[in-house]
Formats: sequence, structure tokens, C-alpha cells
Amino acid sequence: MEREKIRLRFLEIFGLILGLLFLSPFYIILVNSFKTKKEFLLTTLSLPESATLANYTKAIDKMNFVSAFRNSLIITVTSIVLIIVFSSMAAWMLVRTNNKTSKFIFYSFVASMLIPFQSVMLPLVDLFGKNNLNLINTYTGIIFMYMGFGASLSVFLFHGFIKSVPRELEEAAMIDGCNKFQSFWYIVFPLLKPITLTVAILNGMWIWNDFLLPSLVLQRKSLRTIPLSTRYFFGTYQADWTLAMAGLVLAILPIVIFYFFAQKHIIKGAMEGAIK
Amino acid sequence: MAKKLDNPLRKLKEKFLFLGFVGPIYFAFIMVVIIPFLIGVYYSFTNWSAIPGRAIDFVGVSNYIKAFNDQQFAVSFRATIMYTAICVLLINIVGFGLALLVVQKIRSANLLRTVFFMPNLIGGLILGYVWRFVFIKVFVALYETTGLGIFGLPWLSDANQAIWAMAIVTTWQMAGYIMVIYVAALQGVPKSLLEAAQIDGANILQKTRHITFPLVAPAFTVSMFLTMSNSFKMFDVNLALTKGDPSRMSELLTLEIYNKAFTESNFGEGQAQAVILFFLIGIVSLIQVYFNKKREVEM
Repeated sequence: MEREKIRLRFLEIFGLILGLLFLSPFYIILVNSFKTKKEFLLTTLSLPESATLANYTKAIDKMNFVSAFRNSLIITVTSIVLIIVFSSMAAWMLVRTNNKTSKFIFYSFVASMLIPFQSVMLPLVDLFGKNNLNLINTYTGIIFMYMGFGASLSVFLFHGFIKSVPRELEEAAMIDGCNKFQSFWYIVFPLLKPITLTVAILNGMWIWNDFLLPSLVLQRKSLRTIPLSTRYFFGTYQADWTLAMAGLVLAILPIVIFYFFAQKHIIKGAMEGAIK
Repeated sequence: MAKKLDNPLRKLKEKFLFLGFVGPIYFAFIMVVIIPFLIGVYYSFTNWSAIPGRAIDFVGVSNYIKAFNDQQFAVSFRATIMYTAICVLLINIVGFGLALLVVQKIRSANLLRTVFFMPNLIGGLILGYVWRFVFIKVFVALYETTGLGIFGLPWLSDANQAIWAMAIVTTWQMAGYIMVIYVAALQGVPKSLLEAAQIDGANILQKTRHITFPLVAPAFTVSMFLTMSNSFKMFDVNLALTKGDPSRMSELLTLEIYNKAFTESNFGEGQAQAVILFFLIGIVSLIQVYFNKKREVEM
């Protein structure tokens, strides 16, 4: 037992060192974001002598941080809500009507998961561009695209979960006079809560951080999301490291705050999404 | 009950209901994934220029021939394979190691899990910039203070080194995610089996090798699939960390496709490369899942 104790103590220390190592890149950008240019040139590793917020005020202004945050939030939240509503409905109908059409539709969702975004991006931009559907530079356009790209995995996850939901409850509701929409929304949907959370987290993580799709379809400055404005900001000020670091801290901050409150759900959601 | 009345009106109603439930998301999926994919395959056989009004002529397989003769495509292809191989190895080794650590009965287990998972939540673009700073500025400072050779390497200015740099960033980003998958699998290993082996005199290495490894094999399949397809599709870290430097030597396939289309305005050939990427990912993923499934132990 004594040996076991020593082993655990050793592992504990090893783990903490590893944890600090994992966090060290965050530490280094954080401390440098508070430095003046002069101090940064003298030392990169130490704490700032007198923390200045000048980098932050300038970064918030130059990145259009408030507008970028709002755009990211609107696009991410609306996309998640629409994906959940429509993919849960579709998955339920596909499970309950077990015929050739529904099988075909389900397998077309599954098979499409192998298609990389890069294989569709050029024609996609063309199809939604000025000369065709003209949905570039609109919230509607990008949210619709996220619906399409989020569909496969979300329908797949809901489908797997709904298979284990008993039919009896909804049949009883139908006898009591509910129509299909009512019995889905009042009886089935509340039972899907765990998988709904997983779907929301997986899609949220991806959409919030996505860079390539918005860079192709949101060219107007006022529509930039956080990754987009980070890109332009870093490109312009990359010689000005302390300012750039403040910009990066700002870009990371919303996620870290969200993670702080929802970490249990996030880790669980990511795990369930991967295993199924 | 449901199938009592089989008249045409009822059938029509059911069809409408089906359309109402499945239609909206399937419509978005068809418009965003399927149609662009099919158009893309067609465009890869044409001289498509993405310029409105210009005729699109069928040119056979010439885009594919050009792609395979393209020097830069060969460089990117090699870089992508090397990057993917390093990533799959590193991420799975580190992820599994972290998982073994956080399932121990140590007090900080939950805290460590949270910490290791955190980089995974932040986008590759932002992480790429963070590490660009680390490689360019911090490593130099560390080299000056410690004199350790590892910090003095030409991390972003040598081609092979730059690929390693990208793989390190990706490992830092993804190891926590893969860790979570292995943790779930490790927790599913029955304690009784390990205790029985302990009584029979097995040491920790033997237990890991003969009991834990075979039982976490399904998680291994999933993790390999995820890390592999993620690495093949990597774009953000590449763009932010190296931009393909030095002289496009660390440019992965996705960035090459992007540049072929948007920088060189060569859309047909770019699309042909995108189709090749699709086949590459499809074939490698299927082979890998097939072989791993064969190895897995039935519980």
C-alpha cells in the first residue's frame, strides 16, 4: 500500500507539471498582451512590470470585436437551433417510417460524411454566388449552409437515440387526439434532451470556430465573425506582437468563459458524439 | 390502428407529413452538399473558370493529368501524408497516455481532464497564431535563457521541421479530445479482470498489454479514424502557422486546392485536386476501419 501511495503522489506531481505545460502557451500570450512594446522587446517570458490595457482598447477597436462577437453569436445560435429542430424531426420520421425511401435518405446522410468540405467549396460558392442564388454576404445564406453541413452528423446521432425510444408513448398520445406534430413536440422531443445537448455542443464548437466557410461567403466587413476578424487583424498587425496577443486573448476569452460554466456537458457531449 | 384506412387520401397525407418532417433539413443538405459535390465532379472535367458568362467546355481528364504532373501538388501530397502520419501517431500516443493518467485515483484527475481538453475548444486558426508566436518569439527567448537545442531548431523556416511544428500544434489541440474517448473506453474495462490478473501475478505492463489494449480496441478504431480524417482536412492551422512557408514546402493539400483556385484562378484543376482529396480520404478511411474492425475483440 505504501508503494501505491508513493506511485500516486508521483503521478499527481507529474500530472500537474503536464497540465502547466499544456496551459503555458495561454500564459505566454496573456502576459505579453499586457506589456508595452518597449518592455516586450526586453523580455518575452516574464510577467509585465506594470500592466497596460492599451493593447486591449486598441484591439477591441481595430478588430471590431463587438460586431464580430455579435455576428458569431447570431450565426452560431441560429444555426444550432435550426439544426436541432429540423434534424430531430427528420430523424424521428426516418426511424418511424421504416421503408425504402427513408433508408435511402438515412444512408445518403451517412455516406456524405466522408465528403471533405474542400471538395464542395468551389461549386458551393459559385451556386450561392451573385449569378445564381445570390445568398453570399447574408446571415440567411451561411446559416442555411451550416444547416446543410450539420445535417449528416446530427440526423445520425438523433437517429441512433430515437431507435431506443419506445413507440407506445406517442401511440397513446395519438389515440388521445394529438396529431403527429404535437406528439413529436410534446412527447418525443422532451425525451431527446441528452442527445440534443450533444448535438448542440458538437455543432456549436465547430460553427463558432469555423474559418474557411465564412471566409468564402462573408466578404463584407460588417459581417465578419471572430475567426475572420482575428485573421484580418493578425495579418495587419503581426509585427506588433503585443497588440496581436491582446487580439488573440480576446478571441479566446468567450470560449474559455463558456467552457468554465459548461465543461461537464461539453466533455460528455464531445465523447458521445465521437463514440456513436 | 395506424393502418386501418388504406385509402389514397390517407396515403397522400402521410406523404405530406413525411415531407414536412424530413424535407427541410434534406433540402438544405441536398443544396449544400450533394449538388455542389456532383457539380464539382463534373467541373473537374471542364475548363471551368468561375467567371460568369464564360463558356464551360468539357476537357476530359486533362485537369487530372495536369494535377498529377504538377510539382506543387506532389509537394503538398507528400507534406499531407507526412503530416497525417505524424499526427495520427502523436495524437493517439499522447491522448492514450493522458487517459491512463487521468483515470488514476489522483486528486487532480478532474482538473487535469478539464485542462487537457481545453485547447480542443479553440479554433485551429487562433491556435495557429498562438503557436506562431511561441515558435518565433518564445522559443528564441527560451533558447537564449536555457541553451537547450530543441528551442534553437529552425521550427518554421525548415520544410520538414515546419510540418513537425504543425503536427505538434495539432497534437496539443486534439490530444485532449482523443483522451476523452480513451477514458470512456478505459472505464469500461471490468475491474474484476484486472484484479484477477493481479492475483495471478501480472505486472502493470502485462495488464496493460494483454487486458487493457485489446479491450480499448474499438476506441482505437474511432480515434484513428477521427485523427486521420481531421489531419487530411487540416486547413486552419496550416494557414495561420506556416502559410505554406518555406516556399510552399509545408503547404498541405487543402491549402494547395485553395491557392490553385483563388490565387492562380485555376478552378478546373483545383476542383480536380479536390476530387482526388475526396478519394484519398475515402479510400484510406475505409481501409483503416476495415482492418481495425477485424482486430477488435468481442466482449
